[in-house]
Amino acid sequence: METLVTGILLGGTYALIALGLTLQYGVARIMNLATGETLVAACFIAFWLFASYQVSPLWGLFIIAPIAFVINWAIYTYLLRPLVDRARNAGMLEVDSILATFGLLFLFQGLMLRSFGGAYTSYTFLAERFEIFGGFYGLNRVVAFVAACLIAVALYLFLYKTRYGTAVRAVAVNPNSANLVGIDVASAAALAFALGGALTACGGTLLSTYYTFNASMGVVFTMKALIIVIMGGVGDVRGAVLAALILGIAETAVARLIDPGLTLAATYALFTLVLLFRPQGIFGRQQT
Amino acid sequence: MTRLSSDEIRIALIGAAVVAAAATLPLFDQGYYLSLALNIVLYAALCTAWTLFSGPTHYISLATAAFFGLGTYAVALGLDYLPYPLLVIIGAAVAAILAGLVGAATLRISGVYFVIFTLGLAELVRQIVSWLQTKLSTRMGLYVFTDFTEQHIYWMLLALTVVVFVTGWLINRSRLGFAMQIIGNDETVARHVGIDTAKLKIILFMISGAFIGMAGAILAPRYAYVEPPSAFNPMISFLVVIMALLGGTRRLWGPLVGVIPFTIVMDIVSVRFPNDTSIVIGLSFLLIVYLLPDGVTGRLEQLRARMKHKRVEAEPAALKEPA
Amino acid sequence: MTALALRVTGARKAFGGLVAVNDVSFDVRQGELFALIGPNGSGKTTMLNLISGALKPDRGDIDLGSTKISGLAAHNIARLGVSRTFQLVRVLPSMDAEHNVMAGAVFGHRRVWGAEAHDLARELLALVGLRGREHVPVAAMTYIDQKRVELARALASDPRVLLLDEWLAGLNPSELNIGIALIEKLNRQGRTIIMVEHVMDAIRSLCERCVVMSSGRKIREGGVSEVLADPEVVQAYLGDDDDA
Repeated sequence: METLVTGILLGGTYALIALGLTLQYGVARIMNLATGETLVAACFIAFWLFASYQVSPLWGLFIIAPIAFVINWAIYTYLLRPLVDRARNAGMLEVDSILATFGLLFLFQGLMLRSFGGAYTSYTFLAERFEIFGGFYGLNRVVAFVAACLIAVALYLFLYKTRYGTAVRAVAVNPNSANLVGIDVASAAALAFALGGALTACGGTLLSTYYTFNASMGVVFTMKALIIVIMGGVGDVRGAVLAALILGIAETAVARLIDPGLTLAATYALFTLVLLFRPQGIFGRQQT
Repeated sequence: MTRLSSDEIRIALIGAAVVAAAATLPLFDQGYYLSLALNIVLYAALCTAWTLFSGPTHYISLATAAFFGLGTYAVALGLDYLPYPLLVIIGAAVAAILAGLVGAATLRISGVYFVIFTLGLAELVRQIVSWLQTKLSTRMGLYVFTDFTEQHIYWMLLALTVVVFVTGWLINRSRLGFAMQIIGNDETVARHVGIDTAKLKIILFMISGAFIGMAGAILAPRYAYVEPPSAFNPMISFLVVIMALLGGTRRLWGPLVGVIPFTIVMDIVSVRFPNDTSIVIGLSFLLIVYLLPDGVTGRLEQLRARMKHKRVEAEPAALKEPA
Repeated sequence: MTALALRVTGARKAFGGLVAVNDVSFDVRQGELFALIGPNGSGKTTMLNLISGALKPDRGDIDLGSTKISGLAAHNIARLGVSRTFQLVRVLPSMDAEHNVMAGAVFGHRRVWGAEAHDLARELLALVGLRGREHVPVAAMTYIDQKRVELARALASDPRVLLLDEWLAGLNPSELNIGIALIEKLNRQGRTIIMVEHVMDAIRSLCERCVVMSSGRKIREGGVSEVLADPEVVQAYLGDDDDA
């Protein structure tokens, strides 16, 4: 039971990161391998705000998210748009965007290593114990989970109840048709990419309240986000959330019941099963 | 199709001369330059083996470190029990089996999934090997004591590079090579002319993986001490991709054009700016994507084609009859 | 009684809610020049895709002679002797005409290699009217010439059944005559050919039997002239009176 709850709490944070990547891959069609770096940068900035200015990470969200939004928007518009325009087909764009964001991954990681060093960092925030169903969990984890839920609900409202959000979803389903009904696909894609970055940054901010982070851990989170997005069905928001929860539970279960050194193996096992038996993901549409 | 063209004979002779010259290097220097040359030859072998698969299929494999590490570990684990040459073969075989499994799982679907899967593969294998090591023995590392010197390893890697090249050349002339060309042009057509595209991609991936595993096995005695983080170092995967793409993967010798300068650059960077290796790698990827999508050789061939086109355009004007 | 080259029984293919091929059955006899016609969106190309293995049927059987091919992968169906051209011509852009045709001869129903494959490719290119143009890169060829290369490639494997997906589309009148004559020549040589076509004159002059599809169903089967005169067929093409 404890494993289940801890797993779900972890899954909540994973969900935010995966939602960010879902928007970036599902709408803007960019497989953003640098997404983990956005997460790590958010961790460090949240830490800096808390340590230097005593700004609670929860308020920090309102500072970090817009910054991430703007930076990601700029990355899409100036670095990734040229690739979109020059790609002759979807396959080429995927390869190009993978290589380009891979380059960004190393660039940002290198810059962060220079700025913050390679040491592990953490800070204490709401580290008291909180009881759920008889088990004790860090209050910070619980608060992070609740915050993640609120953000996810806000995202849902945006995507399903506003015009801009519906336009974004249309582009995810079929960019050509969306173009034909008058949607500015380019700006919808840029919006989605920026929004995705903001979500990932939120995930990073919340993660920093209970996780010990360092400048090199971005790649691991990118991988998990990628696996979650694929497991849930590319472009599907509900799928990403569900897959994130499953991964959170599976990882926690393996760490507690088998061995903490095998968490990545567990993730990969799940990924392989999905690839073998349901490559379109839980909610994905079968490729024709 | 079985007779060699004069072009091919010329290239073979040049290649043989280069290899012969390279083989004499240890007679002149046994220190820094031999070490550097060893790195160059190592990456020449790795990048060419990588290009055997990733060139024709355009699937970016990041699994190099996993195959390499398996080869290293095959030697490290078995050196007390089996003769070294056999271990090299076993290393190659284990890598090929992993390649087969990974290929069977991912090559039937789109290329993106393949890249993502291979991205974490080295880490995954490292985690499993580390875990097994802690369970089965007390320490993390293994000692590899042999009589091999840097010289011997250098020559073995040189020989391996030659074998990889010859294999690549043979494949290109074979039905497998023709099939890969067709798949690279249009996979639907490939399937409709009777090519089992999934099976061939897997076979090619296994051949590529086997050579990479062999390189890892040959390199095992170099440092005498082997442990998971260095054997399965993900940097190997990334560097191989950069060098191969920088050189250009349309030709079998394209990656060499990337290997030689980049190995030297990385050597300088790791000495003078050791904290900035990530930044250099990041900039290299961006350079490739934005300026050299087909690598240096691709860019040169583009220029050659353009110049030839200009010459052809100029001629008819001179031959045109007056109206 | 002539042997059956291909038999389709109760084939069905749905994409989500859209049933593209709905319980379609027909026979194609050995050496026949058979037409599969119908208005746009009737499911003809999907039916061809089911036969060639580009898609797997949800239900029903497709038999090539006595071998069941429905459900097999496309490359296996090709090796058993089914060859096709595509609605939007698919040539291999990085190669010349000869290698494009050789692609069909090396891995399929007939497997040759080396000098034999080169000779076969040259022969077939001459057959389709491209003698002497073997080393021209297909990317530099005109559309009709690319179609000819694609046809030669499909013939290279000596298929038991040749599928032509709107091969005559997009041709001007003189090209059309050449194309029709070529198909007729192939049929006289004994090839079993299934044509999906819109060019009615071609169907009338080339084919004896045909099947008409509309909205996924087979609505008529029989001799070409009777079928094309059938009011139900005419209605399927032109719509009801009030639509006109």
